[in-house]
Amino acid sequence: MTGTTLFRKVWDAHVVEAPEGAPALLYVDLHLVHEVTSPQAFEALRSAGRRVRRPDLTLATMDHNVPTLDGPVTDPLARAQLEALRANCDAFGVPLLATGSGREGIVHVIGPELGVTQPGMTIVCGDSHTSTHGAFGALAFGIGTSEVEHVLATQTLQQALPRTMEVAFGGELPLGLSAKDLVLAAIGQLGVAGGQGHVLEYTGAAIEALTMEGRMTVCNMSIEAGARAGMIAPDEVTFDYLEGRPGAPSGLAWEQALDRWRGLRTDDGAHYDSVTTVELSRLKPQITWGTNPGMVAPVDGVVPDPADFGDADEREAVERALRYMDLTPGTPLVDVRIDKVFIGSCTNARIEDLRTAAAVVAGRRVAEGVRAIVVPGSAQVKGQAEAEGLDEIFRKAGFEWRRAGCSMCLGMNPDVLAAGERCASTSNRNFEGRQGAGGRTHLVSPAMAAAAAVSGHFTDVRELM
Amino acid sequence: MKALSSLTGSAAVLDRPDVDTDQIIPKQFLKRIERSGYGQFLFFDWMKDPAFELHRYPGASILLAGRNFGCGSSREHAAWALEDHGFRVVIAPSFGDIFRTNALKTGLAPIVLPAEALARVRAAVEARNELTVDLQHLSIRHPDGLQLAFEFDAYAQETLVHGLDDVSRTLLRDGVIAAYEAGHEPRFDARALPA
Repeated sequence: MTGTTLFRKVWDAHVVEAPEGAPALLYVDLHLVHEVTSPQAFEALRSAGRRVRRPDLTLATMDHNVPTLDGPVTDPLARAQLEALRANCDAFGVPLLATGSGREGIVHVIGPELGVTQPGMTIVCGDSHTSTHGAFGALAFGIGTSEVEHVLATQTLQQALPRTMEVAFGGELPLGLSAKDLVLAAIGQLGVAGGQGHVLEYTGAAIEALTMEGRMTVCNMSIEAGARAGMIAPDEVTFDYLEGRPGAPSGLAWEQALDRWRGLRTDDGAHYDSVTTVELSRLKPQITWGTNPGMVAPVDGVVPDPADFGDADEREAVERALRYMDLTPGTPLVDVRIDKVFIGSCTNARIEDLRTAAAVVAGRRVAEGVRAIVVPGSAQVKGQAEAEGLDEIFRKAGFEWRRAGCSMCLGMNPDVLAAGERCASTSNRNFEGRQGAGGRTHLVSPAMAAAAAVSGHFTDVRELM
Repeated sequence: MKALSSLTGSAAVLDRPDVDTDQIIPKQFLKRIERSGYGQFLFFDWMKDPAFELHRYPGASILLAGRNFGCGSSREHAAWALEDHGFRVVIAPSFGDIFRTNALKTGLAPIVLPAEALARVRAAVEARNELTVDLQHLSIRHPDGLQLAFEFDAYAQETLVHGLDDVSRTLLRDGVIAAYEAGHEPRFDARALPA
């Protein structure tokens, strides 16, 4: 075996020690914190009389349960949790980008936006979509609250060495399709447990052709294939994105960083534990029909028949999913009518996502009976979109234009689906009740969500372009 | 963390694949800032259905689950809810990676058993609902004679059997961490970012 994978280069550079018979101790370069998975961790530090080891490498924001309409937080539990984060950050010296600071937003949108997400770093957060940051060639993954406590106290994590998988994309992404279609297709092929125990590396000309926003969408959904993390080798696109951002190095340090970062790619001949290829040249826009992100079909497809699934467990799961989703086998997906549209989330609420959706919506109206909202990923994205006039395009078409936050992706704030409502959503999970108890979620790209909003049902967005 | 070396109790069967943590504990309960009291919200939406499998197994301490159990969100509240509800062991053909770690930190043993072996355990408890899970000797025993060995990471086994605290253990390595930091320049200072 010759050569080293991108993953292994980053891993090796962060091993503090690797004792025999115990997990490695891995150093953490950036620890992102939010209100929902941190209060119990801070409380444990407090009761043990411990400090935060490296507040300079820790960054907190408010995103999961903040309201997206103007006005105060009216939910007393949400308010208490947000106040707890503020108090904890004060007490432990952790920098906080609070609501109203102008820098707040979804934790996985603001890290890259501030330039603190950088190639070759290890990044963790008490949130499974931390995999997003892998788009920069960082090793980034979600952790639980006990591990949040461990990182706060020690700036390290105990980690067993994961396996590696190359997800190699063949062909070009057809015109009118996006990173979301690409990654949904990959998850459909891998299955929701296909990446278990693995760090994925996405490769191929189609990946290199993606913008940073697109690459973040792809890495974001690595966890939906069950993977620990997803990575993409940094290149000029990455460096162009980072240059000049507040947290990025500048001057001589920038040049030195570039020298380091250019070595962050998998060497020729390096060995992955497994390789999967995904062919893109005939890909169509993707829509999920079931209750996990692997239950996905092309826009010209139909709702599948459980009888077509050979595995008994899977057949039962599909039957359950179709019952929950209230869908009949054989129904063309373009005949499925929707009640709500959500454009937002750490998967698809960056400026490029909003531009793409706005281009579809421009000069059209949200269909009768459909309620559609746009929730920018951060205060900065919101400001930029407004400077470009995108908010006006959305408002004129009948969309609601909201403040930044996680919002209806998981419905911890007031933005939820009612029981039985069907939503075209640019988020990452279509689990039962994810967007509200009894709500039915179909995952799509921003362009496809916009097309569904103006049509009242799913439609191939390329017919509107 | 509560130690767990051996447990004899009854089992609950939830034979569905890909049970995600949104089902185990829905988001509305993640607003609480406490570490305890989540058991009452376990499988909150599914529990509303009188036909939900778990209603058939009151008092169970061992959960026999399907493949990819605990996939999805990183919410440790899922492990807390299972533990607070009375479960100390979950046996499944596979687990979501983050859930598996969270379970270990919660004192809830995530045991991987191949689907065929798990089917034999299910059949045994359907006939007579009693099971012993022995973390010391890595074996599962049923009073009617079924006995199965399972694999478990040795470090995780030691942690669980003795109820050890990972943070305390790592803090003992402070010198090693400091030495690493001395040769590893930070890439930014989060405190110096423009607010």
